[in-house]
Amino acid sequence: MSMPFYVAPEQVMKDRADYARKGIARGRSLIGCIYSDGILLCAENPSKSLHKISEIYDRIAFAGVGKYNEFDQLRVAGVRHADTKGYAYSRDDVDARSLANVYASYLGQVFTHEMKPLEVEILVAELGRNHHGHSQLFHILYDGTVMDESRYTVLGGDSEAISRRFGDAYSEEMSLSAALKAAVSALAGPDRSISVSDVEAAVLEDSNGRRTFRRLGASELTELLAG
Amino acid sequence: MNLPIFNPVEDPGPSFFGTLERLGMSPFSRLESSLSEPISVPHGTTILAFKYADGVVMAGDRRATEGNFIAHRRIEKVFAADRYSGVAIAGAAGPAVEMVRLFQTQLEHYEKVEGVVLSLEGKANQLGQMIRANLPMAMQGLAVVPLFAGWDQIRSSGRIFAYDVTGGKYEEVAFQTTGSGGRDAKGTVKAGLKGAPLERRQALELAVSALVEASEEDSATGGPDLHRGIFPVVATITEAGFALAPDEELEEIARNVLEARKGIGGGQ
Repeated sequence: MSMPFYVAPEQVMKDRADYARKGIARGRSLIGCIYSDGILLCAENPSKSLHKISEIYDRIAFAGVGKYNEFDQLRVAGVRHADTKGYAYSRDDVDARSLANVYASYLGQVFTHEMKPLEVEILVAELGRNHHGHSQLFHILYDGTVMDESRYTVLGGDSEAISRRFGDAYSEEMSLSAALKAAVSALAGPDRSISVSDVEAAVLEDSNGRRTFRRLGASELTELLAG
Repeated sequence: MNLPIFNPVEDPGPSFFGTLERLGMSPFSRLESSLSEPISVPHGTTILAFKYADGVVMAGDRRATEGNFIAHRRIEKVFAADRYSGVAIAGAAGPAVEMVRLFQTQLEHYEKVEGVVLSLEGKANQLGQMIRANLPMAMQGLAVVPLFAGWDQIRSSGRIFAYDVTGGKYEEVAFQTTGSGGRDAKGTVKAGLKGAPLERRQALELAVSALVEASEEDSATGGPDLHRGIFPVVATITEAGFALAPDEELEEIARNVLEARKGIGGGQ
């Protein structure tokens, strides 16, 4: 029987992280931000049916970048988690913080124990009650690191540059139209532009009734980006 | 709670019910204990549904009875199942309300997981399966017999489904009533539907008068209680979705209906 070569744990972790980061960087990025009336999630996504942004629960949305099948599995698990919790306790007891923690522990577990880490970064956004006073964005990395943002966050490769561009235009009092314009231009960068058909966007807004999640359709996107 | 991730062979797909089963939380598996004799629990009574010009009207009285006692005066028996369908319950109130909650979650869960809404027929079949799963309880006197109605977005029409305790699903052409006062309500509904399709207001009036008729003949059905401000729950399901008629409108209709009944059956 041959002995495996010794590899320092630091090296193992670094290799895994590099592997995950490379996978994530291949895809397009995504911005989540809090604006005057709610939360906007906006991504560059040429596909009309393979969504990066989805509804989890009444006031919670999910967004993922990286490998589609991996973050979609996490999305479905999140819907199951939330619906089960809401059914077992009550709809009021479903919150993004606990969902984010569950995601984080799963991603951390896979990162250290499985053959390969998940090549994803995900965002769990929750619209706060009472005029979305405590809206929160939980940004979770491939290794289970959780970051809690109360203004905006950028997922995916090149997130630093996009974040810098978006940060220059961003303010919490922005209207939906302004936030969307800033997000699309930050995602595009100075050298190119993104056509409306490649934008996927959704909002969490209190005007939508119990289920606050709403996708922005092509006509509404065109209007908001023009207005 | 941990993250419910399943391997592809065991994955329950878009079924919330399947997820609960795999997590050991299925409400039906807990309900299979054998009771030696029927237990006394609140029962919901009269519900009805019929088609009108814009879609379907669903209505239910507000009384729940336990034997010959009035258990609750304000129980609600008509619920939105999702944006485009509603469910009304008669039978053992506890399991019925629980079934509605499970059904609502199931429809929303499917929609979120799959990204598309279940067809109306699909929703109706799902409810049938739940009623069937409740059969052991029904054998012990805890039967749940709902009515299901909704707006079929594929066919652009309102549709009504009735069930039996085994989960048998029967589509109705124009109307159906169930519950202890269902027979009395049916006569009124039937007589009211003979002409051209009713407009919304006429449909609400017919629903309320059918329930008033039932309340006069069946002790387990509660009529409008003007004194306490308790009115039947009446909902419309149209192309615009499920909407409950406001209490103010129902109060006005109830007053008119009661006024118009003066003299029926020998004065007073």
